[in-house]
Amino acid sequence: MLTTQLLIFLILFPLIVAFFLFLAKKDMERAWIVKLSALAIGIASVYLLISTYNKGALLMSAIPAEPTGIVMFILEMLIAVFILYLGIVYKKWLVVALILVQSAVMLYFELVYAHSIHVQSNLFTDEFSVIMALIIGIIGSLISVYSLGYMKFFHEHHPEIPDRRPWFFAILFLFLSAMFGLVFSNNLMWVYFFWEVTTLCSFLLIGYTKTEEATNNAFSALWMNLLGGVAFAGAIIYLAMFGNGIMGMTDLLASGKIIALIPAALIGFAGLTKAAQLPFSSWLVGAMVAPTPVSALLHSSTMVKAGVYILVRLAPIFQSTFTGYMIAMVGALTFLIASGIAISQSNAKRVLAYSTIANLGLIVACAGIGTYEAIWAAILLIVFHAISKSLLFLSVGTVEHRIKSREVDDMNGLIVRMPKIAAMMVIGIAGMFLAPFGMLISKWAAIRAFIDVPYGFLFVIILAFGSAMTVYFWAKWMGKIIAVTSDSKNIEGEVDHSEWAALVSLAGLSFITTLVFPLLSTKLLEPFLMLNYGHVAQLSQDNIIIMILMLLLLVILPLSILIPQRKHKHVAPYMGGRTTTHDMRFSGSLGVQKKTVLSNYYLHEYFGEAKLRTAGIWICSAFIGIMFIATALRGVFL
Amino acid sequence: MINIVWAIVFVLVAPVIGGLVAGIDRKITAHMQGRVGPSILQPFYDVGKLFEKEQTVVNDTQTFYAICYIIFMIFTGALFFAGGDLLLVIFALTLAQIFLVMGAFAANSPYSYVGAERELLQIMAYEPMVILTAVGMFVATKSFNVSDIAATTTPVVLLIPGIFLGFLYVLTIKLRKSPFDISTSHHAHQEIVKGVTTEFSGPSLGLIEITHWYETVFLLGFVYLFFGFNPLIGIAAVIIVYLLEILIDNTNARVRWQFVVKSSWLIAVIVGVVNLAALYLLSGGLK
Amino acid sequence: MTYLAKSPWIIHYDASSCNGCDIEILACLTPMYDVERFGIINTGNPKHADIFVVTGSINEANREVIQNIYNQIPDPKVVVAVGICACSGGVFRECYNVAGGIDKLIPVDVYVPGCAARPESIIDGIVTALGVLEEKRKNHISSPMVTDHDHKAHHKHAQGGAQ
Ligand code: SF4
Repeated sequence: MLTTQLLIFLILFPLIVAFFLFLAKKDMERAWIVKLSALAIGIASVYLLISTYNKGALLMSAIPAEPTGIVMFILEMLIAVFILYLGIVYKKWLVVALILVQSAVMLYFELVYAHSIHVQSNLFTDEFSVIMALIIGIIGSLISVYSLGYMKFFHEHHPEIPDRRPWFFAILFLFLSAMFGLVFSNNLMWVYFFWEVTTLCSFLLIGYTKTEEATNNAFSALWMNLLGGVAFAGAIIYLAMFGNGIMGMTDLLASGKIIALIPAALIGFAGLTKAAQLPFSSWLVGAMVAPTPVSALLHSSTMVKAGVYILVRLAPIFQSTFTGYMIAMVGALTFLIASGIAISQSNAKRVLAYSTIANLGLIVACAGIGTYEAIWAAILLIVFHAISKSLLFLSVGTVEHRIKSREVDDMNGLIVRMPKIAAMMVIGIAGMFLAPFGMLISKWAAIRAFIDVPYGFLFVIILAFGSAMTVYFWAKWMGKIIAVTSDSKNIEGEVDHSEWAALVSLAGLSFITTLVFPLLSTKLLEPFLMLNYGHVAQLSQDNIIIMILMLLLLVILPLSILIPQRKHKHVAPYMGGRTTTHDMRFSGSLGVQKKTVLSNYYLHEYFGEAKLRTAGIWICSAFIGIMFIATALRGVFL
Repeated sequence: MINIVWAIVFVLVAPVIGGLVAGIDRKITAHMQGRVGPSILQPFYDVGKLFEKEQTVVNDTQTFYAICYIIFMIFTGALFFAGGDLLLVIFALTLAQIFLVMGAFAANSPYSYVGAERELLQIMAYEPMVILTAVGMFVATKSFNVSDIAATTTPVVLLIPGIFLGFLYVLTIKLRKSPFDISTSHHAHQEIVKGVTTEFSGPSLGLIEITHWYETVFLLGFVYLFFGFNPLIGIAAVIIVYLLEILIDNTNARVRWQFVVKSSWLIAVIVGVVNLAALYLLSGGLK
Repeated sequence: MTYLAKSPWIIHYDASSCNGCDIEILACLTPMYDVERFGIINTGNPKHADIFVVTGSINEANREVIQNIYNQIPDPKVVVAVGICACSGGVFRECYNVAGGIDKLIPVDVYVPGCAARPESIIDGIVTALGVLEEKRKNHISSPMVTDHDHKAHHKHAQGGAQ
């Protein structure tokens, strides 16, 4: 009973906060509301962990489904009208068409089937939901707090953009509410509702600056997500027609592959669009025009995770089916191709975007494979990726405000210019690709999971290449940051403490989660896997000890800088015998003065965005097509 | 499963063996070129000399990275010889390598910068094959633990001959031998500048040299794993492989990095797919 | 003997040589003379080198480079001037743009005369340099940082062109 209230609190509280934030026009008021409610949400999600600890999956039927369903339906229709209106105003006919189809499907469902379907338990929670709730509750609230400082600075330096901060923060909290709703809903109609709300929030936040680029990108994000929404609606109507009234997630999972596979494939497709898998990757890259906290919250740590969340939920249905393999293939190829494209990107946010797409691809691959080992890897990836990536986004945001650039090459010597933020960034990057941090543990788990399944070696090969490329683009970025330039001054200045608090907490989290990873695994993941698969995956004791040892070494070694050392003789870098000045200028032939400029390799010739993306779109579309055809045929014959 | 004794033996003995291997390498190379060549203890003299020299730096962070490089390389090798998990060993190796690259980046000097980028390309070139090697060994022996793989009675190399050849191919990159020494090379190779090690001098360069010795021993240990079923054949194979590497080193000119990346990826894809597929089908995967 | 004498790494710079001396230095690396016997390696990088081998004389274009390379070699270090041009300016001594031997700019420890210097004498010179090197190490003699401050003619070059 208590848990039920807690879930309802987590869903409704951010909604109420959103309302107040919409009204709060003063900076002070807003700051207090955001900080206090972020704290409340964080505490509530931790409390949820404590109160559901060791209880397994809990189903809740406390809420009257009928009236809630009607309210949701009305809201859905309102959203549809709103989107329809915008689509017509901006002449985005694709959006108009999709929203019409979607609404028609839902309307038909509501009129014909809704009254005959009764879902026993509308809400539920298990270890996986709790993990997601912790990500939303902790990382989400940290990012909201960060946004306070960021948005203030943003509007001070972009007077041309209308200051709509009350609206911005309201949407942010509305989004949090929708995310909580999404992970706690058992009723698929509810999931669908919250799903649409996150799409809407993402659309509104991408278009926040109202520039032409932002508007276009917002609409492109919208139509792709609406396409997923149509597929989701299709799944609901299919279940209503052929599914004997099944509408709960748990019932669907229990209903066996014959009934569940087609709706699962449709929902899985919706998951692919939301997780920005190829061929739908471009919306997430375009979404980078949004203010950076939005990218951190929606487009890396939470909303796109909704896509993979739903896939992981449905994984038992996908396990060892052709449909599952095709989804996994789409994910694996997205991982490979997006990692490659990331090499050629010089804009830091685009690197982050492509790396996000790549990692989501890896999670999708694990979900499509669907064995207990793969799911173990997938959930670990979700957790660790959320932490490291949001840390990286936020530090890029802070840096961007100071150096007025998002280019990786402009971050040369950041360790001198902004030592503290550079350190945060290095932790974030190391967290993404180096042992013993979480992402690497998860990749390791993924390799082991892939080997054990039929034809898994294909996935292992893709993973091996993808992660080699990952090493390349992260390491060259990290090298830029830690290069010690002789001519730079510390320009860090006063970082807003709300930004600072978020950054430090996230950096701390990435160490702590790596340290407590064994606990996370045994206390949360293993019960979840046990319940759903009857098996558990884990790392052996020795390996855990070794990794903790590595982590300690990595913590201790940098401290050695503090040990007083003999002063070494400093000499200028070797420049082929040329004398350089302090700021690395030298006289070239004929005495013309030149400045030394170092730039990363981007290898456009091999990893160019246009070429790789086109190839990826075709290949992955083909796989998705095959998936649908095969699933449909199977549905017909069985 | 973890055997501390072997780890300690590695830490103490590997530099001696690695240094000797480097010395013998130079001697054989000289003979191949019709020269007398230096004493086989020359690598020790070189490192001894480097520690007698003054430490000059572009900035102080460089020495930190050099120290991290050697510590994590020792860690990698120790973990390997202690019988740890092969994938974890590979990840630790990458970590060590990244520290070298960071040391080169930190100097903010054009030559070491180019060296660092090329070192990264090199890592990108060999990494898939190395991971596939570990996977191949797992498929052949059903274990990722070095201790199990080394003690197996299965003739690993016969099950994964393709992967063995692929590994030999990238081993040339790892040992920094021509034609694949694209970021820096060993001993008496004529270099325009020294790539990734350009800005290291004196003791920190000495540390890097010692790290290479550790690395060589670790890599030769990796080769041995293919022949773990028979220690005699294993040791013979390690010797033959190294001699082969010296031969390749002396008969090939350096190629462009494009060729290194493309060819090693191509080989990794081919041997990876063919060999793993063959193993999979043979072991009745189609049931 | 210490390790220093067993592993002398050289850096060779062609100041304004006619290439005669350079060819002879390269001859030392060939199997015929095989200087690697003594552990001598020709590095391309002052930061790895112990012995600075210069051929040719100083002129306006290379004085900055000679100083730069000399300054970047870590202590202990020695300079070997190979060929009569490097020792004194040789036949180019009177040229309008030649300042003279290398010792006009940096302290030279060993002079190897000859035009061109023969490989045998070059090897002999380097082996002599090993003694000097050893002495410098023992007595902790550190070499001065050389600068071109008093040389006003091409101020721009020496300052790296920064004005
Ligand atoms: S000494 Fe003779 S051979 Fe040597 S550089 Fe001068 S002119 Fe040429």
